[in-house]
Amino acid sequence: MKSCLYFLNKLGNRFLALLYFIGGLADLTLHTIFFTFYPPFKKRAILEQAERIGYKSLPIVSLLALFIGVILALQTAVLMQRLGSEMYIASIVALSVVRELGPVITALIVAGRAGAAMTAEIGSMIITEQVDALRTLAVNPLQYLVVPRFLASMLMLPILTIYANVIGIVGGYLICVYKLYISSNMYISITLEALKFKDIFTGLVKSLFFGMIIALVSCFYAFKTEGGAEGVGRATRSSVVVSFVLILSADCLFTSIFYFIFP
Amino acid sequence: MIRIEGLCKSFNSLKVLDGLSLEIKEGETKVIIGRSGCGKSVLLKHIVGIIKPDKGSIFIEDKDITKIKESQLKSVRMKMAMVFQGGALFDSLTVAENVGFVLREHYHFSDKEILEAVKEALSMVELDGVEEFMPVQLSGGMKKRVAIARAICMRPKIILYDEPTTGVDPITADSINTLIRNLHDRLKVTSIVVTHDMKSAYRIADRIAMLYKGRIIAEGTPEEIQNTSDAIVYQFINGLSWGPIKKEDL
Ligand SMILES: Nc1ncnc2c1ncn2[C@@H]1O[C@H](COP(=O)(O)OP(=O)(O)OP(=O)(O)O)[C@@H](O)[C@H]1O
Ligand SMILES: [Mg+2]
Repeated sequence: MKSCLYFLNKLGNRFLALLYFIGGLADLTLHTIFFTFYPPFKKRAILEQAERIGYKSLPIVSLLALFIGVILALQTAVLMQRLGSEMYIASIVALSVVRELGPVITALIVAGRAGAAMTAEIGSMIITEQVDALRTLAVNPLQYLVVPRFLASMLMLPILTIYANVIGIVGGYLICVYKLYISSNMYISITLEALKFKDIFTGLVKSLFFGMIIALVSCFYAFKTEGGAEGVGRATRSSVVVSFVLILSADCLFTSIFYFIFP
Repeated sequence: MIRIEGLCKSFNSLKVLDGLSLEIKEGETKVIIGRSGCGKSVLLKHIVGIIKPDKGSIFIEDKDITKIKESQLKSVRMKMAMVFQGGALFDSLTVAENVGFVLREHYHFSDKEILEAVKEALSMVELDGVEEFMPVQLSGGMKKRVAIARAICMRPKIILYDEPTTGVDPITADSINTLIRNLHDRLKVTSIVVTHDMKSAYRIADRIAMLYKGRIIAEGTPEEIQNTSDAIVYQFINGLSWGPIKKEDL
């Protein structure tokens, strides 16, 4: 009986914590969107964040996207060679990268790299009272800190995704053309034929939302930082874990919507 | 100018402020003394509205800032500047950008005008040639003075100082005291200074208030405080380890 109550109590607390999380995140989202349209607009800060989120992520995105393309080509090659239809490797690589892996891998990289950095940076500003100082200087921390990151992240994710898509397809191309001896022209024409506008478009819509998730979750946990350096560490860890979970759940949701409702 | 009535604040189960009342007149320099951890910084943060009280009111020029929304606080905050205990300089900005922060965020000055104002504020705190330094490159005392310069740059009517002389050498401490005094005399700024450095307190205060167990237990001119008959105040200002204040009391 007692352990049962204890269990229910625990469960209730977990549930409440979840509600608080959803409420807090929704609140942050609405406020951020509101302040996005509220002057002054910080072009310089947005560009600075865009550089950090987008430009500085290019090397690692290139590397991982290339690997993904190579791996995909090799894995599908195993099956396709058995079926004797190597021609399809190109279209499978193109579709998987553009619809799914490009947006998701890019988002995970940015969440782990730029998202974590956002949480750590704002979190340490919180514990050293810099955010309090902002408020006493009559500057809204949301407008000053969150909005530029939100906009930059929303803007850069689709751009990075397009880039990752291209590199991923190049990875597949390298394997097919240099190892499996499919002609270069053939690979390109099959790829172009396989890709419909809708495939590219849905991938980019996803990445736009992933960008929002990364910025909002990272800032949400940053603003909840308490305690010293350890608190910053804890906030950063939560922000990365939760970003990953939300990115993949959103992906699951979008993919099902695009599959079942707008096929 | 500032009137605080019945302020209560607890963190979890820890009662920090317990029905605190205090009044600060226009143009006055009020020094608040009290032991480490008694809630002095918490009190200042209430006055600038970055902590909301559990109970009580804070009137600034007859506007109760505990009852108004964050968005309406802006006009009040433009009149006040706070010098944080640790400086709270923005560590991604240079000293010049820190000091001129308000000018850049809230007004439309040219870069040149801002630089002039920054130089002037920095020379008031006796710092020259550090404009392009980053906060990590500064010593503790320099950070404090930059923080004061940032506060001055706002041209505030009220300045709150959280331990401006703690952790700086006696000579710098004296020049900071002189600066606070000068701002008071020349610009007619209302100041609230939190400190446990009694020497500074006597030098700069018009009136001294002592915070103990969440309330103001004594308030008066430096002479009145020095000649106190209150055993607690006597023990504190003379720094005695025996008396009514025990180690565990705050
Ligand atoms: N955000 C907070 N959350 C929980 N407890 C807090 C918080 N801020 C302050 N406290 C507690 O309130 C008490 C008063 O803190 P405060 O910083 O005001 O002390 P202080 O008088 O400024 O001390 P010092 O002279 O050392 O700066 C402390 O016991 C501290 O633990
Ligand atoms: Mg303090």
